[in-house]
Amino acid sequence: MLKTTPLHPEHQRLGARLIEFGGWDMPVQYSSILDEHQAVRTSIGAFDISHMGQFSVSGPKATAWLNRVLTNNVERLQPGTGQYTFLLNASGGVIDDLIIYCLAENRYWLVVNASKIEEDYEWMSRHLDEGVEFTNESGDHAGIAVQGPKSSQLFEAFFGGRYSRPSHNEILVIEIDGYKYFIARTGYTGEDGFEVFCPAGRAVKSWNDILARGAQFGIKPCGLGSRDTLRLEMCYPLNGSDLSPTRTPLEAGLSIFVDLNKGDFIGREALQEQKAAGIPTRLVPFKMKDKSPPPRSHYGVWKDGVQIGEVSSGTQSPSLGTGIGMAYIPASHAKLGEEIEIDIRGRRFPAIIERKPLYKKS
Amino acid sequence: MNIPDNLLYTETHEWLRIEDGIATVGITDHAQEELSDVVFVEMPEISRELKPGEACAVVESVKAASDIYAPAAGKVVAINEELVSNPALLNSDPYGTGWLFKIQLVNAEEISGVKSAADYAEQVG
Repeated sequence: MLKTTPLHPEHQRLGARLIEFGGWDMPVQYSSILDEHQAVRTSIGAFDISHMGQFSVSGPKATAWLNRVLTNNVERLQPGTGQYTFLLNASGGVIDDLIIYCLAENRYWLVVNASKIEEDYEWMSRHLDEGVEFTNESGDHAGIAVQGPKSSQLFEAFFGGRYSRPSHNEILVIEIDGYKYFIARTGYTGEDGFEVFCPAGRAVKSWNDILARGAQFGIKPCGLGSRDTLRLEMCYPLNGSDLSPTRTPLEAGLSIFVDLNKGDFIGREALQEQKAAGIPTRLVPFKMKDKSPPPRSHYGVWKDGVQIGEVSSGTQSPSLGTGIGMAYIPASHAKLGEEIEIDIRGRRFPAIIERKPLYKKS
Repeated sequence: MNIPDNLLYTETHEWLRIEDGIATVGITDHAQEELSDVVFVEMPEISRELKPGEACAVVESVKAASDIYAPAAGKVVAINEELVSNPALLNSDPYGTGWLFKIQLVNAEEISGVKSAADYAEQVG
């Protein structure tokens, strides 16, 4: 039995096509992936992200404990700000990637991937310290990502004069009709935008209010299909595809979210060893050189007649009109501009290793 | 859903129009809607001999690659070059400019395993 979000009836009402995603019955598209992608790049799109999980952490030892289970430096967070970070296993592999917000001194809020809620919670509970209160609030909250260049205009339409927009990675906690809303200036699309979390019982009203107020800006409800093409154009990793328990954040090229000098944390020793020995493989973004079928995950990556790796994520980029992807390959081949080949149904097509992001706003 | 009366259909959502022993092949309106946004079409080679039910072309949407099956035995005599350069035609005009390829049928009088518009409508309805 698939899990559903509080917005599930709205998705059905809007005629969305639903698919299984990490145990959830979620909209993959409402109208068309290309249309929805375009709406986010040029106006606004609204995504149901209620399947994502939330944990709260508080208590006198909260900061110290979080700094021992997460890779980024929690001490750098001021109240009202957030950071991207990783939860690692002892060998430095990624259990999950998440965003941690500091709500007040020693009070934190974590937003984790839907398919990892139980695993993250179990892992963190197992490593819990005295003096820390750790609660799984997943299910209490609904989430709506409002993404696109006109998102700030929509924020002003709702809150103009009453609240000022949070800056990038900041979070605003407010009450609407007596209900608590978290509004973070974060996203997974590369566009300006907000992620709004509210009590599950307010999901339908909030969703419909956002779509109604957003109509003047051309807002569209968007599914997981465009969420994937948008994030891949930006080279944002998807856990389970580009991140895994057998790959470190260093291999994924995300070391800026790992503070090796902050003191000990789970996985640190393994990362230091890997760094000292030389990072063996690298996650590289690539673009197909000529017209070709779109690359897809698990397609082989070849160089000089030898398979050197596998595509972790691939798609046709709606913005670039060409195939794009990311792949883990040996560090010796991970050079900007290097030509590799992608095996598509037994034929090999040339691709070029690019800088990230693959899509840049003109 | 558009299912023209004058065409034949397969279980796997191809349509064919037979004229002078040559079948023009495409995919149905229902199929293009299911696939959504087609971004790439891989055609069979000209002169390739096809067996009925053989995977002979690939239609790729943003999300997935789908095989297209030969609706009858025959030799590929033409492919839709315009569709290769503009795959979106498959969504906008599946029975017209979005046709895929043409095959010279081995036996135009006897094609098995295809169905009428009414039977196909029942299948997808």
